[in-house]
Amino acid sequence: MSTDKVNRLEEAGGVGYVWVDDRVPASGYLKKQFNKVFPDHWSFMLGEIALYSFILLLLSGTFLSLWFKPSMIEVIYDGSYAPLNGVHMSEAYASTLDISFDIRGGLLMRQIHHWGALFFVAAISVHLLRVFFTGAFRKPRETNWVIGVTLLTLALLEGFAGYSLPDDLLSGTGLRIAQGIMLSIPVVGTYLSFFIFGGEFPGTDFIPRLYTVHVLLVPGIILALITVHLMLVWFQKHTQFPGAGRTERNVVGYPLFPVYTAKAGGFFFVVFGITALMGGLFQINPIWMYGPYIPDQITAGSQPDWYIGWLEGGLRMMPNMEWVIPGGYTISMNVLFPSLILPGIIFTAMALYPWLEAWATGDRRPHHLLDRPRNAPTRTAIGAMSLAFYGLLWIEGGNDIIANTFDLNVFAVTWAMRVALFVVPPLVFVFTRRVCLALQRRDRDKLLHGYESGVIKRLPSGKYYEQHQPISDEEHAVIMARAAAPKPLPMPEKYDDKGVKQKWYAVKMTQAKLSHFFYGDQVPMPTAAEIEEARHHEAEITAERDDEIETSQAEALSPRQ
Amino acid sequence: MTFLLARRRSRWATPVLLMFALAIVGVAYAAIAAQNASADAPRAASSTQIDEGRKLFLEGCSSCHGLNAEGGYQADGSVAGPSLIGAGAASVDFQVSTGRMPLANPGAQAVRKKSIYTPEETAALAAYIASLGPGPAIPTEEQYSTTGITPEEMALGGALFRANCASCHGFSGKGGALTDGKYAPSLTNTDPRHIYSAMLTGPQNMPVFPDSSLRTDDKRAIIAYIETIREQPNNGGIDLGRLGPVTEGLLLFTLGLGALIAVAVWIGVKAK
Amino acid sequence: MTIEPTGEAPETPLPVHHPRRSDIDPRAAKRAERQVGFLFLGSGLASIGFIVAFVATPIDESMYIPFFGDVNASNLLLGLLMGLSLFLIGAAAIHWAKKLMPDVEIVDQRKAEASTQEARDELLDSYVTGIDQTGVKRRPFILGSMFGALALVGLPAIVLLRDLGPLPGNVLRTTMWTSGMRILVAETNQPIRPEDLTVGTLISAVPEGLKEVMEEEGNLNELAKSAVMLIRMDPSEIVSDQTPPDAELPWTYQGILCFSKICTHVGCPLGLYEQLTHHMLCPCHQSTFDLANSGNVIFGPAARSLPQLAITVDDDGYLVAQEGFTEPVGPSFWERG
Repeated sequence: MSTDKVNRLEEAGGVGYVWVDDRVPASGYLKKQFNKVFPDHWSFMLGEIALYSFILLLLSGTFLSLWFKPSMIEVIYDGSYAPLNGVHMSEAYASTLDISFDIRGGLLMRQIHHWGALFFVAAISVHLLRVFFTGAFRKPRETNWVIGVTLLTLALLEGFAGYSLPDDLLSGTGLRIAQGIMLSIPVVGTYLSFFIFGGEFPGTDFIPRLYTVHVLLVPGIILALITVHLMLVWFQKHTQFPGAGRTERNVVGYPLFPVYTAKAGGFFFVVFGITALMGGLFQINPIWMYGPYIPDQITAGSQPDWYIGWLEGGLRMMPNMEWVIPGGYTISMNVLFPSLILPGIIFTAMALYPWLEAWATGDRRPHHLLDRPRNAPTRTAIGAMSLAFYGLLWIEGGNDIIANTFDLNVFAVTWAMRVALFVVPPLVFVFTRRVCLALQRRDRDKLLHGYESGVIKRLPSGKYYEQHQPISDEEHAVIMARAAAPKPLPMPEKYDDKGVKQKWYAVKMTQAKLSHFFYGDQVPMPTAAEIEEARHHEAEITAERDDEIETSQAEALSPRQ
Repeated sequence: MTFLLARRRSRWATPVLLMFALAIVGVAYAAIAAQNASADAPRAASSTQIDEGRKLFLEGCSSCHGLNAEGGYQADGSVAGPSLIGAGAASVDFQVSTGRMPLANPGAQAVRKKSIYTPEETAALAAYIASLGPGPAIPTEEQYSTTGITPEEMALGGALFRANCASCHGFSGKGGALTDGKYAPSLTNTDPRHIYSAMLTGPQNMPVFPDSSLRTDDKRAIIAYIETIREQPNNGGIDLGRLGPVTEGLLLFTLGLGALIAVAVWIGVKAK
Repeated sequence: MTIEPTGEAPETPLPVHHPRRSDIDPRAAKRAERQVGFLFLGSGLASIGFIVAFVATPIDESMYIPFFGDVNASNLLLGLLMGLSLFLIGAAAIHWAKKLMPDVEIVDQRKAEASTQEARDELLDSYVTGIDQTGVKRRPFILGSMFGALALVGLPAIVLLRDLGPLPGNVLRTTMWTSGMRILVAETNQPIRPEDLTVGTLISAVPEGLKEVMEEEGNLNELAKSAVMLIRMDPSEIVSDQTPPDAELPWTYQGILCFSKICTHVGCPLGLYEQLTHHMLCPCHQSTFDLANSGNVIFGPAARSLPQLAITVDDDGYLVAQEGFTEPVGPSFWERG
């Protein structure tokens, strides 16, 4: 016991803390964590938006769960919303109407929950893009990347489940589509559908089961994965952008307490606040206008929430391929491919990407300094191309609304998107790569010749030139970071010195070629000597020119002989 | 002038100018944009009215619909204007007073615009076509007026709207795309008589909902529902067009994520 | 093979720290302090305002926003006040950190990535000793039986899920439609005579007795597969329909056709009927069926034509089905054949 010493912490008012610390000795650990350094960049906060949105969803969702009735039992509505009075509907839908019209703050919480869900998935997506384009998924963070891709998939499922719970016409149509997709799965499709729905569609079991999934199972898994995700970031320390004073062996930034506590804590309130403002200002998912789900009704302009849009677009775009194989079995490729096979390939490729890139470039070093996207032109181009592919599918998901708003033929829109899906991504790839290499050339120029200062001078001979200023040390350090980029692998020898063909030659050759594809076109970095020489040369020329101007000015001002 | 000149380099100059330009364009557009179709009800037919209608028909309609409204054909054999015998007064009243006819340009679909005929001329045309063969009559106010309708009937109208109309016109009556450039128009500004006539006559590609299958009371209930949702406030806030998740997603990425990223940048930027 | 970097990124010192206004000017610091304080106060006011608005605003009152029209007053006020009360705390904390908390960058060293070889060796030793102590190497029977047990212990959990639902059986192949069943208008449940339909009419319809079946089963399953559409066109416009060559009666009746309302793509209900072109468009993924031509698909992802229901007229003159559907309705499935 410390009663014989003056306990400074107790004096400072931390009596409660001391009580805990007497039982679990945490002070040493906490002291270190208080001074833990976090690097500062706005793009590092995108993941935080996702985290705070998730907490917000847990809170607002708990509120909603106090009134929502996850039941498909038919009731007759007699609440405040007149246009639905006397209409038969499920209890789930009726309770959602009650939340929206008869519980104060109910509609606000519903809208906060829904906007929050949209933010959640959007934030995960842009966070994923940031991590991808800066190469933060490289060793030692591959596992965290896979956890992230898993979180994205779970978030998509969770959102779909969430907006389907109210059992309204729009989301019920989405469930019907999901069930149709299930039916298309070979061999087990009908069994899967009957087990999940407790029989035929729509049945009466699905909404209660979906509720358990949405409220308990998936949030639990997400919470566990987020915890592991954050623990890995904590222990591996966050990556940082290259710059002055930053190396692979350190982290430069601000301490957790008080600076990051204030900034990150503040950002949590900002995310919550902006979501609440949107919940109050902008109507979202007005289920009372959609009406209850009845399987023979539908609305024009049926779309899922934005994050499912790309799957919807795939379903709309796909040509009507269906095969009946011997035995009388049907393979509905028109449904299977865009909704299950293609997403399966995409998510698998995404999850495996760190290993794919490590193999293709041969770069298995750990990386804690981020890549500027321009310094990894092929990776950036692959990312841009994938984004273009995704974006085109997403646009097709809204093809009828686009057609109606812009007076276009909806069939023509679909055909245009079908063509664009194959034509645009390769173009985007080539374009992005060229832009990256052009930016590298610009960087090299800046190193050697400085930046254009905007000061234009005219020589007596009549020639105009722009003065260049040397770049700052900070910028110099940032540009020079590309020196750490890997060189392409050397081409393997086909035969060793005894004339025997090397094992795995074809594989090694492919790997070498891929590494050239990734890093073969880098603009050469100037050496330190070259930079020094160029600067010296630049300074000389500037001095010469300034001299010339001065001399001629002096001559002009002096009296004629 | 010096007040403005002195502030031309202010950092507010560009935003203010932009708002000003936007306001001018908005006002100019509103002033020039087409008016709604007239909604006055026509009078009952008389023989002079039928003659007048025939004259108007020959002048403005026969070039496509044929001299005796038997239908007109183009040089390549395709239909220029279908036969109007049996089309009934209701079709004419709908097409002409919403300005869809005469067609301004041939296209996938007749577009609603300002009617070029007065209500009396429209009535005359309708009377003439009605005289050529029996067809649906112009709906009376008794049939389409929703005064005195009970809330239960209006709710039934909603159920009928969702069962029969929403698949083309959308859950909010904002309209929807059909094939090959055709569309189901928005019902935001359609008056009750025209809604009734459209259901009754099935203009162009809209299916026909005759009174024998969708009774007058049902039609009136549907009209009541449409009027109710048109007028009702947007409970949740600004409505983003009542088009569903597409516009909601658009707002999310522009305003929503934009605002959050703006704050993130504010956090990350070094304080001065 | 090991990778070679293209060059060496030189180590550079930290950038020079530039003091902020609030670091050097005590008045600027005071101003920042006031700003942070007022932001916190604003939040407090908004929180109290929320409570007042919650109690004072009737839940069904609308208010008018310029340009945007009428919205619900309670939702707007509660949202604005809650939003402000949260946002201002965040803004205050961020402003406080940016202006008043130190902004000098500090450096922390990263620890080694991996454990030392020594640590790994020690772990390996502990592990090997432990395995030795279990004696599995000398007792393969334990090892084998253990793996066997573990492999099987998970199966009960899977088997417990069997009663989630019935086996599909033949349910997907049949609907309640049968010979002589009247066709009723959906929602109003009236029977239909051919004279009720003019050319160009579209009616959403259901089988007679559907209401009772749904009440008995307590669900909407039968509606989800037996919903149909009645369309009337001029008989001369029917190019083909699905009447088999050996049928006694045609499947159509005086230009009236009956098709399943459920799209053969993934099951959305149809309804966008174009009277002049006889095209039926599905709003979900734009599958288009030509109803004048056996319901064949002319655009979109649906692979199979729309199932047609054979109809005729009963003795009282009402439209009835001749028999049930002769193929499964709705989306395709593996066993469909």
